[in-house]
Amino acid sequence: MNMPNQPDSLILRVTGHFLLPLLIMFSLFLLLRGHNEPGGGFIGGLVASAAIALHLFFTDVQSARRLIWLDPRDLLGWGLTIAIASGVIAMFSGLPFLSALWTELSVPMFGMLKIGTPLMFDIGVYLVVIGTVLNILLSLAEAEDA
Amino acid sequence: MNSAVALQTTLPILIPLISGALSLVLWRSRQLQRGISVLGTGALMIASVWLLLSVYADGIQVMYAGNWPAPFGIVLVADLLSSIMVLLTGITGLATAVYSLATISKTHEHYGYYPLMHLLLAGVNGAFLTGDIFNLYVWFEVMLVASFALLILGGERAQMEGAIKYVTLNLVSSAIFLSAIGLLYGLTGTLNMADLAVKLADHQDNPMVQVIAMLFLMAFGIKAGAFPLFFWLPASYHTPRVAVSSLFAGLLTKVGVYALFRVFTLIFPLGDSLTRDLLLGMAGATMLVGVLGAAAQFEFRRILSFHIISQIGYMLMGLALYTPLAIIGGVFYIIHHIIVKSNLFLISGLVYRLQGSYDLKQLGGVWRSHPMIGVLFLIPALSLAGLPPLSGFFGKFIVIKAGVEAQQWWLVGVALLVGLLTLYSMTKIWAEVFWKALPEGAAAPAQQRGGTSLMVITIVALSTMTVLIGVAAEPVYRLAEHTASQLLDSQAYIQSVMGVN
Repeated sequence: MNMPNQPDSLILRVTGHFLLPLLIMFSLFLLLRGHNEPGGGFIGGLVASAAIALHLFFTDVQSARRLIWLDPRDLLGWGLTIAIASGVIAMFSGLPFLSALWTELSVPMFGMLKIGTPLMFDIGVYLVVIGTVLNILLSLAEAEDA
Repeated sequence: MNSAVALQTTLPILIPLISGALSLVLWRSRQLQRGISVLGTGALMIASVWLLLSVYADGIQVMYAGNWPAPFGIVLVADLLSSIMVLLTGITGLATAVYSLATISKTHEHYGYYPLMHLLLAGVNGAFLTGDIFNLYVWFEVMLVASFALLILGGERAQMEGAIKYVTLNLVSSAIFLSAIGLLYGLTGTLNMADLAVKLADHQDNPMVQVIAMLFLMAFGIKAGAFPLFFWLPASYHTPRVAVSSLFAGLLTKVGVYALFRVFTLIFPLGDSLTRDLLLGMAGATMLVGVLGAAAQFEFRRILSFHIISQIGYMLMGLALYTPLAIIGGVFYIIHHIIVKSNLFLISGLVYRLQGSYDLKQLGGVWRSHPMIGVLFLIPALSLAGLPPLSGFFGKFIVIKAGVEAQQWWLVGVALLVGLLTLYSMTKIWAEVFWKALPEGAAAPAQQRGGTSLMVITIVALSTMTVLIGVAAEPVYRLAEHTASQLLDSQAYIQSVMGVN
């Protein structure tokens, strides 16, 4: 549903379709490298939200909602739950809240993969950021459409 | 480290966080959110009782978040003051949650009232428990964000107007707080409060340290609603739903007061400093300005808001006198005040439910129609004014006695005068709302769902607590005495945090 004051730009539409998957992949890359290098759940979540915001520019709110197929409020709630759970896990082993626990997995053709609760925390933050930003963005866009 | 210690120190923050996350996940179901809010705050209260009991029995409890040793990681420290504040948060939280069931509209619930309430409680408890000055700033921000959203929930014009003043002044305070932390870190290279106390112990005369202390005084003074930067409080506290006002009135300014007590006993012990003289002046002016402001008001909640300010003055007086007795009085006063103040706001909401207005001129005749509510109002109101044998009398008595012993005559005079004027204010509410006949053309009762029984139960419970604190003043006094000696002997705090690892 294009607004009269919002011309349908071919360039934006075409580049947008190409950029969307790239940006999402880049956000996941940022999320995963964030433990020891610049990046992490927060910045990754912002990049992913920016990707969906870009999508919102050349389509409409309904299409953007379909794209994330979950309500932003669900992302927010589940993200927060995952982040808190990552801190609570350590408490079951008698360690204080938020203690980092690591485990090594051997992945075929890939070698050893070190995963742990800090990654889980980052994933939670990633979802919380996407949920929060999109909740605000989509509400504003809906208010403008109405 | 003992895992039970880690658990009980974490729970007061973890429980509201989990309740908040769960109510966000279950945002589609009103009923489940309401259930979680009561269960969560109930669990929070039980956890805080557990914490207070073990701190009382075993001394200061320390939790090293992420198992990082102090001073490198963030610590949560529960001493008596912290755990008392956490318990009071639990009580106010539970009371608000139950009261909200009867008063919060579906629209508010739909826009996330319950998750925000839990987030606010998590922020408040985090601020009470943290032993890291930057972490304290973070919890202040969590609290500010949640309170801002709660303040404008509903989106009425008056709410926006109040919220702008509230947010502006609180952001100024946060900015000052953050600059002070930055300077402190540059000076000492640490953010752990116990470590700061050690590093600054021999440098209290350093002008830079005094500047930083002054910045903290300003930042927390604004948060506490102390003179001269208090006006955000009466501009905003009467605008949201009454359950929200009650939560704010009970807890938010007290976080500022708590921070003042913590910082000026641990990091910058007051002694005979310029800061102390300033704090004495602030205490007197806060008391006086608050009560005079209230005298000019004719809106139920605005009167109560101004009285928060004047009561903050008594707590500051307790801190500023800086004798053991005065600190006891300050702590006793905080315990008394949080319960009484939340309760008075809840009563104003009950009267609104019955008569549809907060304007004293539009109200009347409640004593004739509902004498029980009159009695329920008199208990916290007279306690606020300081009539024996209610809790407020002992709070005022201890603080004023400490003032006499310290020979701060003008401050004692102000405190007594303010007590008298508080009584005048409460009498005004009594005469207008309860005694006089209902005026012609009064507003119609508010059309809201549900009965008033849940509201009354909450108010009865809080009033009972006020009476109990008055009747059983002895054990509460002893608790405050232990708290004061812990605060004045910062070595115990420092050793608990730094000594283990």
